[in-house]
Amino acid sequence: MISKLRLFLIENAVVILFVLLIAFAIPVSGLPASFLLQEILTRLGRNTFLVIALLLPIMAGMGLNFGMVLGAMAGQIGLIFITDWGVVGLPGLLLAMIISLPISVFLGWLCGSIMNLAKGREMVTGFILAFFMNGLYMMVVLYAMGSIIPVFNPEMLLSRGYGIRNVVGLDGVRQCLDNLIPLKIAGLNIPVFSFLIIAAVSWFIVWFRKTKLGQDMRAAGQDRAVSGAAGIPVEQTRIVAIIISTVLAGIGQIIFLQNLGTINTTSSHEQIGMFSIAALLIGGASVTKASIPNVIVGVILFHLLFLVSPMAGKNLIGSGMLGEYFRQFVSYGVIALALVLYEWKRAAQEHASRATLRGGAPADGKEAAA
Amino acid sequence: MTHIKRLAADFGLPRIIITLYLLALFLAAPFVGVDLPASISDTMIRIGMNGIMVLALVPMIQSGCGLNFGLSLGVIAGLLGATISIEAGLIGAWGFIVAIFISQGFGAVFGYGYGKLLNRVKGGEMMIATYVGFSSVMIMSIAWLILPFKSPTMIWGYGGTGLRTTISVEGFWRHILDDFLVIQIGDNFKFPTGAVLVFILMSLLIWVFFHLKTGTAITAVGSNPTYARASGINIDRMRIVSVMMSTMLGALGILIFEQSFGFIQLYEGPLYMAFPAVAAILIGGAGVNKATLTNVFIGAALYQGILTMTPSIFNAVLKVDMSDVIRIIVSNGMILYALTRKSKVAK
Repeated sequence: MISKLRLFLIENAVVILFVLLIAFAIPVSGLPASFLLQEILTRLGRNTFLVIALLLPIMAGMGLNFGMVLGAMAGQIGLIFITDWGVVGLPGLLLAMIISLPISVFLGWLCGSIMNLAKGREMVTGFILAFFMNGLYMMVVLYAMGSIIPVFNPEMLLSRGYGIRNVVGLDGVRQCLDNLIPLKIAGLNIPVFSFLIIAAVSWFIVWFRKTKLGQDMRAAGQDRAVSGAAGIPVEQTRIVAIIISTVLAGIGQIIFLQNLGTINTTSSHEQIGMFSIAALLIGGASVTKASIPNVIVGVILFHLLFLVSPMAGKNLIGSGMLGEYFRQFVSYGVIALALVLYEWKRAAQEHASRATLRGGAPADGKEAAA
Repeated sequence: MTHIKRLAADFGLPRIIITLYLLALFLAAPFVGVDLPASISDTMIRIGMNGIMVLALVPMIQSGCGLNFGLSLGVIAGLLGATISIEAGLIGAWGFIVAIFISQGFGAVFGYGYGKLLNRVKGGEMMIATYVGFSSVMIMSIAWLILPFKSPTMIWGYGGTGLRTTISVEGFWRHILDDFLVIQIGDNFKFPTGAVLVFILMSLLIWVFFHLKTGTAITAVGSNPTYARASGINIDRMRIVSVMMSTMLGALGILIFEQSFGFIQLYEGPLYMAFPAVAAILIGGAGVNKATLTNVFIGAALYQGILTMTPSIFNAVLKVDMSDVIRIIVSNGMILYALTRKSKVAK
């Protein structure tokens, strides 16, 4: 019984740590509960979809998909076009998703192929690829749009005549998903339709895991060589995982931005990858294992911290920046921590499996098998 | 023909493209009214500014720790040296030397801890280095807010807490190396002798070090860990030495950068400082686990050349400033190329 409790504590150490941290920070911040509750509901609707986009590559053994930023870029390009064409409301959002789809598929294919060239360091490759693609994205948005790619609405262009303005207002589609089914309980607005979409995509992920392709993906994630020998097209399966992730990230970014109501042309996508990954990890996921509950717990905890830390910092030492820096430290730090834990575990497993080769103790053998 | 092909293969296609691009920029310069001497002078100044940051990557690449994306740790050590020296009110050469000594102390301590950590995560160094670097920058941002600095040149005048985001080193040690034995020809050409001399001197020291016993052992650890272990080399110790060297060189590098730039950038300033250096050494031909001093020199020259020439030429010809976008694409494209290349060869 005691060992079970200990196991629970060890396995959920990150979640418990953050719960304690937030339990300390909420009273210090002095923010009212109703405000926090409303914000959390809004942010659950806004961010959950994006975080779900990370799940499949983790299952395929490719780690945290820092390349999801590519999908976010595709989503933004879709939104820029529909804003330019003046397509409003739900049809507008659908059209934006349809436009983003081929771009996401292409970028996902590219990302997956490049990661196949860099097996074993997919994460750092995806991370740098996101920066690289950001350069190409800026080239398209700031230089090609309005000069090579026609943009009809002159108000969207920079004063020099080409290139999209820094801020694009999404008045036509603003919160049209969130408010499709209006529901108000005890003064709280609940974005029912966004939650329904999230439920649908969660169901898709759960269903997908059980399909042949999903099982192949899991096998490829556990052991590439064995799966390859068993006839699973490992490289192709990995590419599919990244394509699905990128497409979901594109749709997720559109949902995210319709809630915010504005695009920061050059920066809305940049931090999405990091924030989504940090949220997932705070929810108790690891580099090799993540589930839908991790996503939901993670989004709630991460955004609670996001909300209360600036005020808490201000009340503690009188500087709002303290909380801001602390928040960023947590985002970066939790990613570093997760990566370190993952490598430790891997090293321990390798050590154990070497021990069995040397005829080590059977206890080591069990650990290696597990 | 095969000879040319082999040369191309050795030199690498991306680097050939980059070299040709830079050459084209220099050739175009006089025709579009760009002041060539001024451009060359700017390039030299930038090489002096950034050279040691590029050099700082060599030890860790050689020891098999990969590209040091956590160079910001060294930068933080340098910033601590600079701010403490200014706080003490030291001016001129003394201020700079004291800053270097303090920063080397911090660099050694940080590097030791960082090396210890990297030893426990062999194989995943690069990503962990990135995020350890990022999170230390944020911890230090909190520290800059609450550390008890008093010097009026560094803290916010009124109404603010903590140190300023940028601190001018004017009146302390601005251009202390750049202006040492400076060669000034006309108004537009300035050769920063001091900074370049320090860069060459440090490169020489590194060269000598890698031909001594410890240096050779580090190279052995990087190129064949099993062989190194069989020869009785303490792998973990060699890796820690290389990480400490890298961090300390990073600390020195940022001080040289600051004396030329004229400002100390605190808070989120060091966040992405490792990336240009990494891009430069890769453009110079280094791989993820092999780097030479030639790579450092060629890389620093090519990268800084592109950075200086691209905006001026593009502004003159197209009246567009695309330099930022081009910088992003070139530097990250180069890192991407290096990351995908090794496993391709190994396969």
